[in-house]
Amino acid sequence: MKILNKYFLVLVMALISSPVLAGDLLMVRTQQSFPEAMLALQTSVKEHGYEVTRVQRIDIGLTGMGYKTDKYRVVFVGKPSEIQYLINKYPVLAAYMPPQISIFAEHGETVLVTANPLIYAEMIDEEADKVLFRRWESDVYSVFDDVRDADE
Amino acid sequence: MKTFVLLFFLSLSLSAYSAPHGDELFARHCSACHGKDGKGGVGVPIALASFLDSVSNEYLKKTIRHGRPGRIMPAFENLSDAQVGAIVIHIRSWSDKPVPKEDTTVIKGNVANGKKVFAGHCAQCHGEEGVGGIGTGVTFSRKRDLPIIAPALNNAGFLAAASDVMLRDTITLGREGTPMTSMLVAGLSEKDIDDVVSYVRSFEKSAAELKQTLNKNDNEPPVIVMQSPYGLEETVENLKQAITDQNFTLIRTDYLEHGLVPEGSENKKQVVLHFCNFGFLFQALSLDPRVGMFLPCRITVIEKDGKVQISTINPKRLSKLFNNHELDSYCDEMYEVYNTLLEDATL
Repeated sequence: MKILNKYFLVLVMALISSPVLAGDLLMVRTQQSFPEAMLALQTSVKEHGYEVTRVQRIDIGLTGMGYKTDKYRVVFVGKPSEIQYLINKYPVLAAYMPPQISIFAEHGETVLVTANPLIYAEMIDEEADKVLFRRWESDVYSVFDDVRDADE
Repeated sequence: MKTFVLLFFLSLSLSAYSAPHGDELFARHCSACHGKDGKGGVGVPIALASFLDSVSNEYLKKTIRHGRPGRIMPAFENLSDAQVGAIVIHIRSWSDKPVPKEDTTVIKGNVANGKKVFAGHCAQCHGEEGVGGIGTGVTFSRKRDLPIIAPALNNAGFLAAASDVMLRDTITLGREGTPMTSMLVAGLSEKDIDDVVSYVRSFEKSAAELKQTLNKNDNEPPVIVMQSPYGLEETVENLKQAITDQNFTLIRTDYLEHGLVPEGSENKKQVVLHFCNFGFLFQALSLDPRVGMFLPCRITVIEKDGKVQISTINPKRLSKLFNNHELDSYCDEMYEVYNTLLEDATL
């Protein structure tokens, strides 16, 4: 048992000492066209167990008002049980839920942007619940990797 | 066996540091803005031969380290020296020309004359006092045939990275493939160019002051919250009226749980109003296309334990996420709008 503890400690130290390269905004670019990237995003989101709760068509609203723009959408993403739990326990988070991912066309390529979920962890007190946002961050990286790698 | 397990776990950690792959690091940290092949997008194009052939590796490393405070590019302080070096090597793979050596010779020109020359030859693109072109990215603000928006020269990160000699060479030779032409060909003397270099270098004080202002909203709360003395439905109606009065278009009103649970089973005590001023939206997206993730504007109304609370994001707090000084004034303006709406609805 003592030996296992020692190995566990070594493992934890190894993982902790891995580079943490998080920023406040998480972004990815894919060489896919906008429709392909949107499909890759929604597919990966669902594969990671999240729901796409809404897609806001920002570009449609802008062009409808006479502004020239390329494709631009905002995708609302979340797991129902987690969102409900967070909103009920932390009303301060309601204004930010469900989390949103911007996806827009740029020169034939597509860019995705979202806030690092860790910014929500700063808004709550309980350490146990902050773990949730660390998982969200990990999942965003994974989803973005999927979208980026889909063009290879 | 014990030694093997120990080494295995340690190798997990050490592998993250050893022999970093510049292409992978570039793909993860840089390509979203600069493009997979460095051709630009939200960020400036860096695969230009005229750029790579005129800047040293030190300039690139310092740029990665310092970023451009207030001009979107973040400072990559968490990358190791080896990782930064690997990214620079990857960037260098786009050019087969010799890498320029950094020359830190200080150029002492006449700042007053440099200011005059700058106003006549540089300010048209780089802005008064080197504030740079407005906006970023090709989706909204940059014309498709324009490869770059003029960089800000009064930026602390830029001034920390660029040597006087690099500035002089850039002004002298121009940047082929961008609107920046050779100022020597345009008629400036070598002395005029030295004077412009000294004038640009004189921006360091104002650049440092500008950098300080970027942290002004660090202590802002994440949300704007007000209690409503009215019931849920009346509060929602008040908000709709206030949104219209502020020249915003109400897009829709729905439950916060829309899309999360089967239609009809949403919590009816949690309502979200989505609204927009498309002119304002377009201006904000032109300055920074990334800002859309907090759009359209939303206000949440929640009734809990008989109390009605209205809340929305605090744009001042969020402005920090974008590292975009141009966006700050819009965030300040939206902060005022949100406060007005919440006050009007709860009066």
